[in-house]
Amino acid sequence: MTGVEHYLSIFTKAVFIENIVLAYFLGLCSFLAISKKIDASVGIGLAVIVVLTITAPINWFLWEFLLDKGALVWISQDFKDTDLGFLKLIVFISVIAAMVQLVEMFMERFSQSLYNSLGIFLPLIAVNCSILGGSLFMVEREYTISETVVYGFGSGVGFFLAIVALASIRYRIRYSNIPPRLRGVGMAMLLTGLLSMAFMAFSGIDL
Amino acid sequence: MELFNSESKKIVSDPINVNNPISLQVLGICSALAVTIRLDQAIIMTLAVVFVLCSSNVILSLIRNYIPTRVRIVIMLSVIASLVSVVDELLKAYLYDMSKQLSVFVGLIITNCIIMGRAEAFALKHGPSKAFLDGLGNSMGYGLIIIIVSFFRELFGAGTITLPDGGAGYVLWRIPESWYAAGYENIGLLVLSPGAFIILGLVIWIQREFAGVEEDA
Repeated sequence: MTGVEHYLSIFTKAVFIENIVLAYFLGLCSFLAISKKIDASVGIGLAVIVVLTITAPINWFLWEFLLDKGALVWISQDFKDTDLGFLKLIVFISVIAAMVQLVEMFMERFSQSLYNSLGIFLPLIAVNCSILGGSLFMVEREYTISETVVYGFGSGVGFFLAIVALASIRYRIRYSNIPPRLRGVGMAMLLTGLLSMAFMAFSGIDL
Repeated sequence: MELFNSESKKIVSDPINVNNPISLQVLGICSALAVTIRLDQAIIMTLAVVFVLCSSNVILSLIRNYIPTRVRIVIMLSVIASLVSVVDELLKAYLYDMSKQLSVFVGLIITNCIIMGRAEAFALKHGPSKAFLDGLGNSMGYGLIIIIVSFFRELFGAGTITLPDGGAGYVLWRIPESWYAAGYENIGLLVLSPGAFIILGLVIWIQREFAGVEEDA
């Protein structure tokens, strides 16, 4: 498999087959809390796409040129045994927190309308596990830089798709007669289970 | 302050039962599901969360008067991230197989909302001993739920019960061959992700019946 086809398969995998919410359980906190409203879900979905697509490549560069074993050889050969891998969690989470802040300031300056629609959701994203999870998976699977960009974007799209789907289903069942103690989170979990079952059908696709 | 008066007992027992972080406060679900395929993974994950939550609560509570309000999130994140790195390295050193199985989910304890949530809601407002008890209670509440979920997923999904040991896990009990011969089948769906969502949904329902909590919408 070469070229475009390879990247398409990474993208499809990230969106459907290994959906970051429905298969890896990442980002569930905001997924459950925000999916009560459809427009809010669209907002946070877009914000996740933007932040994931930006942070995953940045963390890739940091991992490749700073943290990985032997990554510092571009400074001097003396560092070829240095392994700063244990710092990855702290570095990644700081990059994510800083990037979220930057994206927020950038949007405020250049795209007022987008800022108004995403505004309150951006800060929440810093503690969304799907962002940190994206960076950690990128390291674990040893992606190259272009694969990382495609993977980050694909995971964001996967999150967007899942949260908008769940929000629409929750909207449809507003007036259903659900047992009182099951209402809210309990029902949302069962619905997510069904949604995840539906997405499992994609795993039949051979890539 | 006495450690064992009724108020401290309440701080520990409330989050296990009527104010459970997962089923009632709805925090920390992200990592709760990923590690519930096998019981031993859930137990190790619980221990990791107990350690991180208790220590982060105590540390943040000790320095709470020196933290400027505006930068508290960054400080909380760096304290939590350092503690999680310690756990990650310890697991890699002493329980290598387990750390491979848990893969990225140990690192994701950082973004576990329970830890940030308890730091923000409790540790920054109370003294260290109370913060420790709160951390203990909440992490045990978390552990209780993931251990229940993983018990059912492993028993009905894979037909075994595994306890943690130094290596790949010690199989405590396995459904006997004679049951399979008599027509019993494992429910393969429970091992996959949908099973986790559905079982957790049912556990939340049952716990809310006992705790008597309702949510509108």
